[in-house]
Amino acid sequence: MDPVKSLVTDLVSRLGTHRENLLPVLQGVVEQQQYLSEYAMIKVAEAMNLSAAEVYGTATFYSFLENKKMGQYIIRVCKTITCSMKGKQQILSAIEEMLKIQIGETTPDGVFTLLQTNCLGWCHKGPAMLVNDEVYSDLTPEKVRDILQSYLKTAKS
Amino acid sequence: MEQQLLKRIDLIFNDENDWQEILDQTLAHDNTYIINALVSSELKGRGGAGFPTGLKWKLTSEAPGIEKYMICNADEGEPGTFKDREILSRVSFKVLVAMAVCARVIGAKEGIIYLRGEYKYLVPQLNKTIAEFGAYCGRTGLDFNVRIFLGSGAYICGEETALFESLEGHRGEPRNKPPFPTDYGFRGMPTVVNNVETLVHAYTIFKYGAARFKELGVASSRGTKLFSVSGDTPIAGIYELELGMSLSQFVEEFGDGDTKAVQVGGASGFLVPRKKFDETTIGFQGRLTGVSLPTGGSMMLFNSSRSMYNVLNNYLDFFREESCGQCTPCRVGCQILHKGIEEVKRGERNAKYLQTLLLLTETMQLTAKCGLGQSVANSFSSIVENFWEEMIY
Repeated sequence: MDPVKSLVTDLVSRLGTHRENLLPVLQGVVEQQQYLSEYAMIKVAEAMNLSAAEVYGTATFYSFLENKKMGQYIIRVCKTITCSMKGKQQILSAIEEMLKIQIGETTPDGVFTLLQTNCLGWCHKGPAMLVNDEVYSDLTPEKVRDILQSYLKTAKS
Repeated sequence: MEQQLLKRIDLIFNDENDWQEILDQTLAHDNTYIINALVSSELKGRGGAGFPTGLKWKLTSEAPGIEKYMICNADEGEPGTFKDREILSRVSFKVLVAMAVCARVIGAKEGIIYLRGEYKYLVPQLNKTIAEFGAYCGRTGLDFNVRIFLGSGAYICGEETALFESLEGHRGEPRNKPPFPTDYGFRGMPTVVNNVETLVHAYTIFKYGAARFKELGVASSRGTKLFSVSGDTPIAGIYELELGMSLSQFVEEFGDGDTKAVQVGGASGFLVPRKKFDETTIGFQGRLTGVSLPTGGSMMLFNSSRSMYNVLNNYLDFFREESCGQCTPCRVGCQILHKGIEEVKRGERNAKYLQTLLLLTETMQLTAKCGLGQSVANSFSSIVENFWEEMIY
C-alpha cells in the first residue's frame, strides 16, 4: 500500500469516520506530509465516506492545512501589527537571503518553505515565527540564521 | 464617570495548588447557589464581548437538551492578545476546575478546549494536566471528561458559532444568531462557551466569594482583567489590572513617554488618540460611564514615530485574509476598504473617498453576519477620523 493511503487508513481507523473527525484526520496527514495533496484528500474522502469536494472545501478554509507541496520545515513569519512594527521585514529579508527563496517558495532541496502568517500571539516578544509547531520569538537577523542553520543540520537528506 | 486608580493585582496567576479543595468545596454547594454567586459577582465574559457569565450558565442550565456541552474558547487570535496562552501554561488546573463546575451546573458530561493551532506546542503539557484532573474526577465520582480540539489557523473560529462548525468538521463559518448557543450550540445542543480567562475569574469567585470579587473594579465592570500590553512600550507583557482605570493612567504606566495613540481591543477594537486618553475608561460599556471601552485585553501602544496609515493598512490586510468569505458585506467590504485606503494614499482617488469608505463600514456594521465584519468599522472609523491627514497623500 502506498504511504499516503496507509497513513489515511491508519488515521481514520484510529480517529473514526464521523464527520467531526475530519479536521483531526486532515491535521494528522499534514503532520506527516506537511501538506494535503489532491490524492490525500481523495483518500480521506473515500475512507470517511464523504465527497471529495466536501473534504476539499473544508480543508481549504484553514490556513494551516496547506494544499500545495511544502518543504520539510514550514517557516511562518508573523506579519501582524506588532511584529511588523518590530522588524518583521528584516527577518524576512534575512531568511530570503540565506535560503535564496521568496515568500511562498520552497528551497530546491525541499527542506524549507517560507510563508507569512497572521498574529501568532507573541506580540510582546516580536518579531516571532513558527517553524512547523515550534515558536521562536524576539528574533533578530543573526538569531534567525542560527535557528535555520540548526534545522539544516537535522534535515532529512 | 466612575474611574479607578490603576492597580496591579495578583489573583489570576497566584497559587493553584488548592484546586482539589476548591473543586470539592464548590461542588458541595447546589447549582442554584453557584449560579447566584456568579450572577451577584457581575462577572462578564473576558473574551471581549462581555456577556454576563452567570446568566450564560443559568440560561444553558434551563434550556432543554438531551446533552449539553462546556467549551473553553482558547482560540486566542485577536492581534495583540496573548493572555490565554499564559493562563493555560501557568494555571491550567484553575481552568479545568471552572469547566467541571460549569459542566455540573448545566448538566454536561463533556468539556472541550478549542485550542488554536498556533499553540499546538502546549498540547503535551495540557494533556498531562487533563489526565491528572480526570483521575481526580474519577476518584471523586464526578462524571466529566475534557478533550482538546486543535484549530488550524483560522481567526474566525474564535467566534463561538464558527467554533461549533469547526468542531463538527466543517468550514468555520459563523451561523445566524439567534438561536444562541445557550439553546442551540455544539451538535445543536445547549452549550456554554467561555473564554479561558473568564473561567479563571470564576475560580477566583469560587475561592474568595462573589463579594470580594465585586470589591474590585467599578460599576458595570467588576473584577480584574488580564491585559496584553505590546507595541511601543518598554515593558511589554501580561498584566492583571483592576477594571475601570483611565487610559491616561494606563499610558503613564506603560507608555514610553511619547505615546501618540493606543489601540484598545485589538484590530477589531478602537484606536484612541492622545487627546482622548483622559476621558476614556477601560471597562465594559455601562449606562453611567461616559466613554468606556470593552477589551479582550489587547492594548497596543503607538508612539509618534508610527504612521497610523500603516497601522490601519496592517489591520485591513488582516481582516481581508481572515474574513470567512461567507457574507458579502464582510468579504467584499474588507477588500474595498483595504484597496481604498491604498488608492487614496497613492493619490489615485481624492481624500473625499474616505467618506465613502466610512459609509461602507457603517453598512458593514449593520449587515455583516458576525462580529468580524461588524467590528471592522471600529478601528477603521476611529483611525480615519482621528488621523485623517495621515491617510492622505
